[in-house]
Amino acid sequence: MAASLRCFLRSGKNTVSALQRREFHRSAPAAVQMTVRDALNQAMDEELERDERVFLLGEEVAQYDGAYKVSRGLWKKYGDKRIIDTPISEMGFTGIAVGAAMAGLRPICEFMTFNFSMQAIDQIINSAAKTYYMSAGLQSVPIVFRGPNGASAGVAAQHSQCFAAWYGHCPGLKVVSPWNSEDAKGLLKSAIRDENPVVVLENELLYGVPFEMSEEAQSKDFTIPIGKAKIERQGNSVTLVAHSRYVGHCLDAAAVLAKEGIECEVINLRTIRPMDVESIETSVMKTNHLVTVEGGWPQFGVGAEICARIMEGPAFNYLDSPVTRVTGVDIPMPYAKILEDHSLPQVKDIIFSVKKTLNI
Amino acid sequence: AVSTRAASALLVSGCADRPVRTREKCDLHRLEEGPPVRAELTREQGLQYYRTMQTVRRMELKADQLYKQKIIRGFCHLYDGQEACAAGIEAAINPSDHLITAYRAHGYTYTRGVSVKEILAELTGRRGGVAKGKGGSMHMYAPHFYGGNGIVGAQVPLGAGIALACQYQGNNQVCVTLYGDGAANQGQLFESYNMAALWKLPCIFICENNKYGMGTSVERAAASTDYYKRGDFIPGLRVDGMDVLCVREAAQFAADHCRAGKGPIIMELQTYRYHGHSMSDPGVSYRTREEIQEVRSKSDPISMLKERMLSHNMASVEEFKEIDIEIRKQVEEATQFATSDPEPPLEELCNHIFSNNPLLEVRGTNPWSKLKSVS
Repeated sequence: MAASLRCFLRSGKNTVSALQRREFHRSAPAAVQMTVRDALNQAMDEELERDERVFLLGEEVAQYDGAYKVSRGLWKKYGDKRIIDTPISEMGFTGIAVGAAMAGLRPICEFMTFNFSMQAIDQIINSAAKTYYMSAGLQSVPIVFRGPNGASAGVAAQHSQCFAAWYGHCPGLKVVSPWNSEDAKGLLKSAIRDENPVVVLENELLYGVPFEMSEEAQSKDFTIPIGKAKIERQGNSVTLVAHSRYVGHCLDAAAVLAKEGIECEVINLRTIRPMDVESIETSVMKTNHLVTVEGGWPQFGVGAEICARIMEGPAFNYLDSPVTRVTGVDIPMPYAKILEDHSLPQVKDIIFSVKKTLNI
Repeated sequence: AVSTRAASALLVSGCADRPVRTREKCDLHRLEEGPPVRAELTREQGLQYYRTMQTVRRMELKADQLYKQKIIRGFCHLYDGQEACAAGIEAAINPSDHLITAYRAHGYTYTRGVSVKEILAELTGRRGGVAKGKGGSMHMYAPHFYGGNGIVGAQVPLGAGIALACQYQGNNQVCVTLYGDGAANQGQLFESYNMAALWKLPCIFICENNKYGMGTSVERAAASTDYYKRGDFIPGLRVDGMDVLCVREAAQFAADHCRAGKGPIIMELQTYRYHGHSMSDPGVSYRTREEIQEVRSKSDPISMLKERMLSHNMASVEEFKEIDIEIRKQVEEATQFATSDPEPPLEELCNHIFSNNPLLEVRGTNPWSKLKSVS
C-alpha cells in the first residue's frame, strides 16, 4: 500500500493531468496500475506472440512459472518448444542460447539472478558481445540476457551483487536497467527486438511494486529506446542520476528536499550502456551540481564512469562543486538486517549528500 | 590420352589394410552397429578429397612460412596432419548443415567455403580477409560456419544451441560441433551433453583427438582417454581420423543418426598434428621427432589416399602432379594477394560494434578522440 501511495505521489505531472481529466470527463483515467512483474510478463507475452523466433529459456521458467513468477502463464500458453526449463547449467545453457541466436532464433536467456551469470560470463562476453565485431559484421547475435540484479532482502553476499558496472564495461553489449513498469515493459520489448546482445538488469524488490502504466504503454507496440535517459522530475538546484530501484529513492529524497526549497532534477538512466551522458550534461549545465546514486560498489562503478564523462565534457565548467557519488558500501553484503540496511544507500544518505554537495 | 581409369572402387575403409597403429578400430559405445566397413569411392570423389586436403596442407604450410617472416602475428594454430577430418566431414554433410570448431580452424574455414585468398588475407590482417582483418586466425566465419572460437570448449554449448535452432525450425539440418582432446575435459561439454541428450538435439559432437592438448599428452590430462565414451548416455564411436573415407563414413552414419531424431552422438577422430600446438610451440619437447616422422611416413592422410587411388588404378601419378602444381599456383596467388592487400582503413576501426544500429560515437584513447561506429 505504501508503495502504491508513493507511486501515486511520485507520478507528479501525470497525477495532476489525470485529476484534471477526471474533472472534465468524469470517467476513470486511461492509465492503469501494473506491477513490474506483470509488465515484464506482458512484454515477453507480446513479443512471443509477435515473432515465432522468440523463445525463453532458463531455470524454472516453464512449469514453475518462473522463480519469481515473471514468466507466469507463458508455458501454459506457448508450450515446451517456446518456454524451456533448463537444468542447473548456466555456462551450458547460456552457450546454447547464444548458439541458437547465431543460427537465427531470438532467445531470451533468464538468469535466476545475475549472480549466477558469473558462471556463464564467458559466453556473454566472448561468444555474444564480441562476435559481431570479430566477424566484421558477418555474424550477429540477437539475444537478451535478463534476470534480477543487485541486492534483494536478506540473501547475503553471494546473492546480492550488482553487475551494472561489469556488463557496462564491455563494448558489443547493450545494458539496460529499468526502474518502473513502463521502463520494464518498454526496455524489455526493445531488447527483444534488438539485433544485438542486450543485458536487462531487473530488480527483485521492484517486481511486486505497482506503477502507473499510461495508455500508450499498454499498447502492444510500446517500446522505449535503448540509450536514452528520462527526466523523472524537473528541478534547478541539483541533478540526481540513478538507475533501477534508486530512482525511487531519489524521488523520495527530492520530495523531502523540496520542503526546504531545494528542487532536485531526477534523471532515470534507463540504459547503462550506451549511456545517455548528454542528458546528464544538459541537466548539470542547468543545476551546476551532480549527485549519482547506485546500489553497486563504488570502485569502478556507474557513478565513477559518470564522474569521468562529466569531467571530459562541456558540463565540467558548470560544476560549482565536485560530483558526489552515493553508492553501496564497499563490502560483501552482510545478512543481519541492521547491517544490510546500512550497506545500501538510504533516502537519508541521498539527502545528506545533496546538502553536502550544495554546501548547506 | 584417355586413361582407362577405374570409375570407382570398393574399398575397405581404413581399418584393415594399413600398417598397424594401436588404436585404429572403429570402436562403438552404446551402438549396436556402426558405420559400414566398406565404402565406395568414385574417382571424382577421390580427386576432390585429394584436392581439398592438399589445398589445406599447402595453405597451412604457407601460413607457417608467413608466420616465420612475421607477416602473420599473434596466434596461429596449424592443421597439417589433420586434413582428413575436415575433408571427410564435409564430404558427409550438406552445405546447409552447420559446423563450429575451436581455434585450429583454417581447414574448416576452407571446407566450409571460404577461399584460400580470404583466409590468408585474414591471417595477414588485411582488408580483403574474410573478417576484414578484424578477426584473425581464430575468428573466421561463413554461412553455416560459426568459427573459429578462441576460448577452449566454449564452442561446444554454442554448437548444441545451433542444433537446437535446427530442431526448433524443423529444417532437418544437423550441427557438427568440434573440439579437441584438451577441451574434452571442460565442464561445459558435460552440460552440453546433458541438455543435448535430454532434448534430443541433432548435434554431432566430434572430438579431434590429436594426442596432445598443447604440451600435455592425453594420458596426463584425462582419467579416461576413451573420448567417444565420455558422453556416457550418448552413443559414441571411435574412428581413424587419418583415413578420409573412415571419417566420411562415420560422419555420414552420425548425421543419419541425428536426422532420424535419435538425438546427439559423439565421434572421436584419432588424428595427429605435425606442427606444435601453435607457431610458438616447436612441438618437440613433449613428443619425439621419431613419433612425428613415423606418422608422416606411415599415416599421412594425403599420401594414403593417393596411394590407394594409384593402387586401384583410379588416377595416375601425372594427374596428381598436375593437381599439386595447380594448388601451389593457387596458394601462391593467394599469398600474393594476402601480402599486398592493404591493411583495413583506420576509419573502420570502430565499425561493427552493433548490428542494425544508428551511427554511434565511440571514445578513442583520449577525451578529444571521438570516433565513429557504423553497423
